Amino acid sequence: MSRQDNAAGSVKARADLALNDEFLRKAVRFTTERLRRGKKEAAEEQGSWEEWRERGRQIRLHTIAHLDYYLNLFADNARANGVHVHFAETSAEAVKISLEIAQQKAAKTVLKSKSMVTEELHINDALQAIGVEAIESDLGEYIIQLAGESPSHIIIPAIHRNRFQIAELLSEDAGMPLPPDTSILAGYVRKKLREHFLEADIGMTGCNFAIAETGSMVLFENEGNARMVTTLPKTQITLMGMERIIPSWADLEVMATLLPRSATGQKLTVYMSGITGPRRSEDADGPDEMHIIIVDNGRSNQLGDPELQELLSCIRCGACLNACPVYRHIGGHAYGGPYSGPIGAVLKPALQKNVAEWDDIANASSLCGACYEACPVKIPLHDMLVYLRRRKVDAGFGDKAEAAGMKGFAAAMGSAKRMKLAVKAGRLAQKLVARDGGIRIRLGPLKGWNTYRVAPILAKRSFREQWRELEHELQAELKEQKPDVQARMERAIREREAGKGGIGHD
Amino acid sequence: MKVSLFITCLNDAFFPKVGEAMVRLLARYGIRLQFPELQTCCGQPAYNSGYWAEARTSAITILEAFEDSDFVIAPSGSCTYMIHHYEALFKDNPLLLDKALKLKQKTYEFTQFLVQVVGITNMGAVFPHKVTYHPSCHGSRLLGARQEPMDLLANVRGLELVPLPYAEDCCGFGGTFAVKMAPISGAMVSEKVDHVIETEAEVLVGLDMACLMNIAGHLRYRDEPVRVMHLAELLYEGVRGA
Repeated sequence: MSRQDNAAGSVKARADLALNDEFLRKAVRFTTERLRRGKKEAAEEQGSWEEWRERGRQIRLHTIAHLDYYLNLFADNARANGVHVHFAETSAEAVKISLEIAQQKAAKTVLKSKSMVTEELHINDALQAIGVEAIESDLGEYIIQLAGESPSHIIIPAIHRNRFQIAELLSEDAGMPLPPDTSILAGYVRKKLREHFLEADIGMTGCNFAIAETGSMVLFENEGNARMVTTLPKTQITLMGMERIIPSWADLEVMATLLPRSATGQKLTVYMSGITGPRRSEDADGPDEMHIIIVDNGRSNQLGDPELQELLSCIRCGACLNACPVYRHIGGHAYGGPYSGPIGAVLKPALQKNVAEWDDIANASSLCGACYEACPVKIPLHDMLVYLRRRKVDAGFGDKAEAAGMKGFAAAMGSAKRMKLAVKAGRLAQKLVARDGGIRIRLGPLKGWNTYRVAPILAKRSFREQWRELEHELQAELKEQKPDVQARMERAIREREAGKGGIGHD
Repeated sequence: MKVSLFITCLNDAFFPKVGEAMVRLLARYGIRLQFPELQTCCGQPAYNSGYWAEARTSAITILEAFEDSDFVIAPSGSCTYMIHHYEALFKDNPLLLDKALKLKQKTYEFTQFLVQVVGITNMGAVFPHKVTYHPSCHGSRLLGARQEPMDLLANVRGLELVPLPYAEDCCGFGGTFAVKMAPISGAMVSEKVDHVIETEAEVLVGLDMACLMNIAGHLRYRDEPVRVMHLAELLYEGVRGA
């Protein structure tokens, strides 16, 4: 399967592929469960998690609201540290800048540590096209590179594969059978990568956080590859989304509390590297030349958009994927882009200005809100999915049958009288198809529903048709109201009037 | 004091017994529910699908129906939370926006009204059955109705509450999602039903008939005899039997 194949077909077709792949579903379930359980425990252990989330959210909101200021501050400080800072408006521009550096250095190999932005840019393919080998050093990325796939999870790129499938892939790579033992497999990759570390001309990384006050960039990782990638090769290129900025190192403390716990349930990542410019004369190691390419690639669409700006707060922890019951069943490739899960379902259309090119991905959600609950910076992804659906409908790209159905809905629900008539008509119609108090036919709008369920039938008499009778009977049943009940209800009204919302009300 | 029943269109047309149970339960505490007949649907199916003009047409009936109510009580966390979305839906119409914000403040999900406002957790119900509870997403996550149903169930005599594994995972309903993305929704409800069966409960109870209709529909599709009820129905059956 080539990388392009991962995104081929419709959302539904890709989801069907995943739903029929028991290995994939089992592998995804296994790892997402482990991660979400870990996150839950880490958050509980941390205590006052909600306060940390709110602090994280405020830092991100503030930074994004003043992004131009902090970006300039970051760029100025990074340049003062001796970094070449580039701005790329599109993915093509970012690729062009990267390739120019590679050509200038006459590079043969680029050693990468895991970076989602480079997935956006398909940089490996671009490097390959000019004869430069791109080698992924992260274990998961190495596996999917061998398989010719794109990542199916933001932090666990090969989450869709179990260890037997991975052993098969790596055995092929090794030219000898390797047992499906995780430590042996990791050992094989480690040995193989060592050779590359020493000979690579360029190291390429992403960036978890860019610190504006010092022009530094910070990487979170568990395998130590990013540290190797940023110290051994003579030239380093960091690709970062323009929203990766935070103002200060003090803010990093909050992010370092939220990110690993949300991503994997770890209190700390194994390696957290802060890099401030290329090697100085007194440094033992580090690149002689360092480039930071700041990538827009559709992100500025969200700036100034009141419904979607908060999307730029995302810290790419993957917690929403692990919490998502849809992702759990269809995995990441069904989303058809570098980002998957709830954040991917929102990012994919949001990064693409032309609504005509949006696919169906925003519809692949039950809007259950598990993503919002899991998000360490409280991005209301479930609301954003609705906004994206509305934008598609408003732009005239809604499904025709659904649009007709919604016209019918509005006609029926526009008044109680018409609703009553519609229910009556429904009752007549269901006589034709109802058996034993249920409907099983798979026709029209009932097709999707009844493929997995038996539909209920409309009640013989609706509530509103029974109401007068019921109201009459209640005259006899009604007990006298106890004074405390009365008092509590009156108090609730007073509190409401005083501006205190009370339970269930913000 | 005017306390109104927001029946929700689904319960009105398909599950009127839920409304009847609420009305009769509250009558025992001297709370006489009114039924403003102008109400239709909260507009959620259209809102969630992106058809906001159509959602407004429907939502306006709710704004009008409950304009002079002091409390509005609904047997659904999802329809209750839909009222919170009216702020976005009517943001360009100051008159309706004002009504929407007022309505939001006085609208309550059934168990939150019972427990938080009226202060009832023990209705004196008896229900000698093995029961499991599915927390619907919007009620529990967005409204925070987590403890209220637990308190009400804990006080039902004879009831054995078996925890539902992966209870917080969505059942896969999601409104039009269940039709548009049927295979994904089907996979979700199938997993939910697996867990319900694992509990060996006789009864599945919840606070939202839309989710329960989804789960019940799949239970029936698999010929599983688990009885599915709204908590109001369970409590009413329990106090009648007491």
